[in-house]
Amino acid sequence: MFGWEFPPFNSGGLGVACEGMARALSIKGVDLSFVLPYKLPIKKNWCSIIFADETTSFKNMDDIVNMTSGYERGLKKDHLYHPVSKSTPKQNSIMGRVFKYARSAPSIAKGIEHSIIHSHDWLTYPAGIMAKSVSKKPLVAHIHATEFDRCGGENINKDIFEIEKEGFSKADMVVAVSGKTRKTVLEKYKIDPDKVRVVHNGVDFVDEKVDIHHDLEILKKYGASVVLFVGRITLQKGPDYFVALAQQVLKFEPKTFFVVSGSGDMEGSMISEVSRRGLTDHFIFCGFLRGLELRRVFKVADVFVMPSVSEPFGIVPLEAMLSDIPVLISKESGVSEVVSEVLKSHFWDVDDMTDKVVNILRHKKLKEHLSINGKREAQNINWGKAADSLLSIYNDLILTSS
Amino acid sequence: MPSVCLYFQVHQPMRVRKYRVFDVGNSREYFNDRSGTSLDNKFIIEKVAKKSYLPANKVLLENIRRNPDFKVSFSISGLALEQFEEFAPEVISSFKELVDTGNVELLSETYYHSLASIYSKDEFLEQVKLHRKKLRDLFGVTPTVFRNTELVYNNEIAKLAEEMGYRGILAEGVDRILGWRSPTFVYKPSGTKNIKALLKHYKLSDDIAFRFGQKEWNEWPLTGDKFAEWISNYNGNGQVVNLFMDYETFGEHQWEDTGIFEFLRYLPEAILRNAGNDFLTVSEVLDKYDSVDTIDVPEYISWADTERDLSAWLSNDLQREALDSIYTLGKEISHVEDPDLLRDWRRLQTSDHFYYMCTKYWNDGDVHKYFSPYETPHEAFIAYMNVLHDMRLRLGEIKKNEIVGIPIRKLKPLRFSEV
Repeated sequence: MFGWEFPPFNSGGLGVACEGMARALSIKGVDLSFVLPYKLPIKKNWCSIIFADETTSFKNMDDIVNMTSGYERGLKKDHLYHPVSKSTPKQNSIMGRVFKYARSAPSIAKGIEHSIIHSHDWLTYPAGIMAKSVSKKPLVAHIHATEFDRCGGENINKDIFEIEKEGFSKADMVVAVSGKTRKTVLEKYKIDPDKVRVVHNGVDFVDEKVDIHHDLEILKKYGASVVLFVGRITLQKGPDYFVALAQQVLKFEPKTFFVVSGSGDMEGSMISEVSRRGLTDHFIFCGFLRGLELRRVFKVADVFVMPSVSEPFGIVPLEAMLSDIPVLISKESGVSEVVSEVLKSHFWDVDDMTDKVVNILRHKKLKEHLSINGKREAQNINWGKAADSLLSIYNDLILTSS
Repeated sequence: MPSVCLYFQVHQPMRVRKYRVFDVGNSREYFNDRSGTSLDNKFIIEKVAKKSYLPANKVLLENIRRNPDFKVSFSISGLALEQFEEFAPEVISSFKELVDTGNVELLSETYYHSLASIYSKDEFLEQVKLHRKKLRDLFGVTPTVFRNTELVYNNEIAKLAEEMGYRGILAEGVDRILGWRSPTFVYKPSGTKNIKALLKHYKLSDDIAFRFGQKEWNEWPLTGDKFAEWISNYNGNGQVVNLFMDYETFGEHQWEDTGIFEFLRYLPEAILRNAGNDFLTVSEVLDKYDSVDTIDVPEYISWADTERDLSAWLSNDLQREALDSIYTLGKEISHVEDPDLLRDWRRLQTSDHFYYMCTKYWNDGDVHKYFSPYETPHEAFIAYMNVLHDMRLRLGEIKKNEIVGIPIRKLKPLRFSEV
């Protein structure tokens, strides 16, 4: 299995999904080797982790995340200021790193006995294709987010698009994380529908006692409500709609605070939008949080909002549901295909979102209903189920190839 | 030899439009969606009138003219009548034509198709009276048999019906109540003196109402002759087969292309062909047959869902919250006597509002989803609670005026003797 990032050295959902999926597959008895481009201090007893480049050394966490991230600072800056080019990749550009990774794939494929190659997103498709060319084993191209999702549908990077398309075409099976993503693959990349299956992501349930984040506890004492945004602050996640929502909600429920966890290229513009609208007193930016830190923020929230413009899947709402929080997600998200004990709006329908958030804040029964039933629902959307679907795909591929 | 008692329920709620938090305090138009979608009451009435009520009434009228022994009973909710008057008056006149044949009996129910029988006895009685008045005004008849909303029934409701002067009441033929007994007999409700209960034969009723158009059903296609044979099977071991169902079965739930209208057209002939079979209206059943046994129903039953209890309207916290809120509000509304507020409050009591908030089986593409105009139960709850919020603001406003001494005209209470 070729991955790009891995928790805790991840910048987004890709690493989280890869870990959840890999672990569930291992539990089901799959002898799995997980390949990462750089050497990182990661050890797992449930699978062997292989580093394509054993020589790298990183100075600090930021450095690692910068280097391994395919999505955040690294890529977005490339996008904006240095158009990524496949033909003359700079050594350290994202494109350069993707192809360096691919060049090491053949020797890895030769070194490990395997019956399936599984690649995650465009960053690892070249590696997967190279590995297949050596071992002739079936290739699964897993698609977590297309270039169209990352760019909000416009100004896509042609080179990345080509890499994605080549990955889909050369793969023996394409696995999309939602029906919505499958549709993009069929329509924008013109891939044979018989070759594209949907396997929804899952979420791992961590049952632990978590106390409220101490800085936020004071808000609760003051009787305030908390509306939470968690995610990269990028166009794709709809942060501007969240700010517009905040302004409307405050008209009805003035004792409400809006907590934002995440970072990204729109962080600056989001902060200035908040101040332009005069909402600074009601916003708390707490940076990119993960694990226990994030769950402590979940604990304080009255409602979690994900107004994503485009979201191939979206695991974070499931994590929020597991933390007993009512959830409002955009109908444009893939996760909305698998949950019903949540509220849904179109990301652009700020009035509708306002109506829903205000009602959750006003009606204890609605809040309780969503948190109790939402948790129950999320507990059933686990990686075990995703792994079962993947296993049946693997078995089909092994049967047809032999 | 068995009698067949056909009873049809006609009802249309006033669906609450997508009433948002922005509308609270600004708009009193709760029911006036005109989007041409399933929230648009006018659109629905016009559509169902054309697809179901008018063509079905036509078939029934022809049946009666061809076959003077064909009988039918109806209950039409006050809200349905009110909406026909406004949006499809031809439906009223076609029902009048049917009633005037003398072969069609009308039943009493709560005007607002509400669950008041569970929450407020006073309000329940009031709504039954309102409905009686409406029937008298429109059709010139006064019913003698009562059916409660969605056949919600227990011993207490039967007693109340008897106190109100009814000689019969309808209920679901629930297995757990009947045990080994058959719904094809007349029963006496426990704790009552003279009133009789007619129990729905749910299997044969559902064969028409739910299964008629299902091609995967092993009895498909259901013909009049086949159905008549099933009825005749009760020859000697049953007195009356009570076929109770939504009238919208004809043309709306079962579309015209399933052949449902032909089935209805042919049914009288097929059934009457067997000597001794007859059609009776509900009160004719009461005249002809005595009760054979007592039924004891301490817990509520109804004809809704497979549970046949109250869970269609009262199985989650959202539904309970909404119902508690509307009846709590009523305690104050009944004191201020503002006709508009009172009318809106009653329109919000219709059982359908709570049915839409039901979350059981939502994902299985269940009937609740089929019937709901809302995308989700949560959206039904939100629109409803926003409206209640506005109602409370109105109530506060009226009370403030009362304090400053602006006189409010008293509403004249209805008496049973008058209706």
